[in-house]
Amino acid sequence: MLDRLRFIPARLVQSIPVVFGVTVVVFFMVHLLPGNPALVLLGQSATPERVAALNTQLGLDQPLWDQYLRFLGNLVQLDLGQSITYQRPVTELIGDAVPVTLSLLAYALVLSLVISVPLAALAASAPGRVRDAAVRVFTLLGQGMPQFWVGIMLILLLGVKAQAFPVGGYGVTAGEHLYYLFLPALTLAIAMSPTTIRSLRASTIGVLGSDHVATARSKGAAGTTLFRRHVLRNAAIPTVSIIGVNLGYLVGGSLVIEKVFAVPGLGSLMVNAIFARDFPTIQAVALVVALFVVVVGILTDVVYTAIDPRVDLAAKERA
Amino acid sequence: MTTTPAPPAVLAAQAEEAAPDPVRPARSRRLKPWYRNGTLVVGLVIVGLLVAVAVFAPLLAPYDPVKQDLQNALQSPGAEHWLGTDKYGRDVLSRLIWGARVDLRIGFLAVLIPFVVGTVVGALAGYFGGWFDTVVMRVVDVFFAFPFYVLVIVLVFVLGAGESSIYLAIAAVSWVAYAKIMRGELLVAKKQDYVTAARLGGMSHGRILLKHIAPNVLSQALIYACSDIVMDILAIVTLGYLGLGIAPPTAEWGSMILDGQEFITTQWLQATIPGLAVVVTSLGLSLLGDGLSDQLSPERRK
Repeated sequence: MLDRLRFIPARLVQSIPVVFGVTVVVFFMVHLLPGNPALVLLGQSATPERVAALNTQLGLDQPLWDQYLRFLGNLVQLDLGQSITYQRPVTELIGDAVPVTLSLLAYALVLSLVISVPLAALAASAPGRVRDAAVRVFTLLGQGMPQFWVGIMLILLLGVKAQAFPVGGYGVTAGEHLYYLFLPALTLAIAMSPTTIRSLRASTIGVLGSDHVATARSKGAAGTTLFRRHVLRNAAIPTVSIIGVNLGYLVGGSLVIEKVFAVPGLGSLMVNAIFARDFPTIQAVALVVALFVVVVGILTDVVYTAIDPRVDLAAKERA
Repeated sequence: MTTTPAPPAVLAAQAEEAAPDPVRPARSRRLKPWYRNGTLVVGLVIVGLLVAVAVFAPLLAPYDPVKQDLQNALQSPGAEHWLGTDKYGRDVLSRLIWGARVDLRIGFLAVLIPFVVGTVVGALAGYFGGWFDTVVMRVVDVFFAFPFYVLVIVLVFVLGAGESSIYLAIAAVSWVAYAKIMRGELLVAKKQDYVTAARLGGMSHGRILLKHIAPNVLSQALIYACSDIVMDILAIVTLGYLGLGIAPPTAEWGSMILDGQEFITTQWLQATIPGLAVVVTSLGLSLLGDGLSDQLSPERRK
């Protein structure tokens, strides 16, 4: 087991160019702004003094190469600059927001599995039949709905009409967090489910046709026992990597959903920063989110190796 | 091995390809005529109707979509206004119809640049390999590290809200998926016998790529384009909802949802209807994509 995790150092080294590239993209975003970025950023609130101050703060009066090195240097010291609107270090704002977004994503992941596993099993139990078609319609609809709109519809149905859940905010205690985050997490889970269902359905159909399942059947295993013991574990393996990618991908969606439900995470931070033209904060959120995706990618490989004895990424590296 | 994987849509499609499907034995894989392919036909009909609505919007819409009539604001659906009116007294049905024009046009056009750029870059990287391939794939990895919405939202913000920014932002973000797909296709295709034969026959690389490989591998990019249009339309609507899309008062589905959200307790149809329009559009395009995939590469489908 530990032996098979020896690929991790090499995997980390492989991520270095990506992380480096991410910093380049985030850095150059500010230089895509037409004209003097400081002037554009400040908009109507621009005075010569404020422009000069922001120019110095962003280091825009230096040559580009120096600016980038300075940006990297600050980054290493976890200095992401000062938020223009909040007048606080951006690192602090990010520190407050990250746990909220992470718990939202974890919650959504659990809910999406609760939705996906039974539906995938249902579809795979009779491929090509009515229930399979019904599940397929669900996945097609799930992929085609704007996520923020799903959120608004859940607010309408479960918040306004049924009055079952709060329609915004985050609460104070852990129990309240679970209660307040239910609707946003469900929204994300609905967005996450279609790819999980499609992948799990396909791999389940594959596993159902395999020899070990035939053996288990001949020994009398059937129904949920067969599914749980002999099918799900094997079918889950390819799905793990899909869920990993999807999770990174859905951070983007969670940004908009947080805005719909007024959840004080990275998304609300970024959307508010955009309206306030608070560029250091926007840069920081983009950076953190991209790094999160890189980390999730590595974690996915670890989980993938851990649950499937047949996968040996270390051997692949050696080859 | 690359460090960041393809977007979920690509991966899910690959996962499905890999799985054998017991309901479709090998002999039934013969190509059906396109009109017998239910998925494709339903998709075509839905997309066709929507395109017709968009094209004939001026004839179909009962009212001017931007004309305000504050005396008749926030009316419920009725004989005068089939879907009611919004907070400025504008006819919701007319705005929905004109919105199809904006959202579909941008959705279809936005896919063109990334399709061409990504396909060409990915094909060259896969065919020639070497340092060009290495550089391209590193860049692709970096772009895949940013979730789609994050980069699109930030880029549109930086470039300034509006249609041309949307095209640029989407192009900058989504060419990488095409590049990844085409590179993969080319890695397989260039080892095929017909390519070796063409090479031995003294044919130039350009001619081989255009005349022999392109017709065989483009279908995958085309199939992906259908799901990509769905993503683009969702992105346009999301940008509209965030106030970064097409400037008001132009009718656009995302900003209609934003306008309607205010009145969710009293006039819930206002936010619901434009969202349904998006769902129907996406459904049509997804079915079209699945159907095309059945027709163009039947051996890869379940």
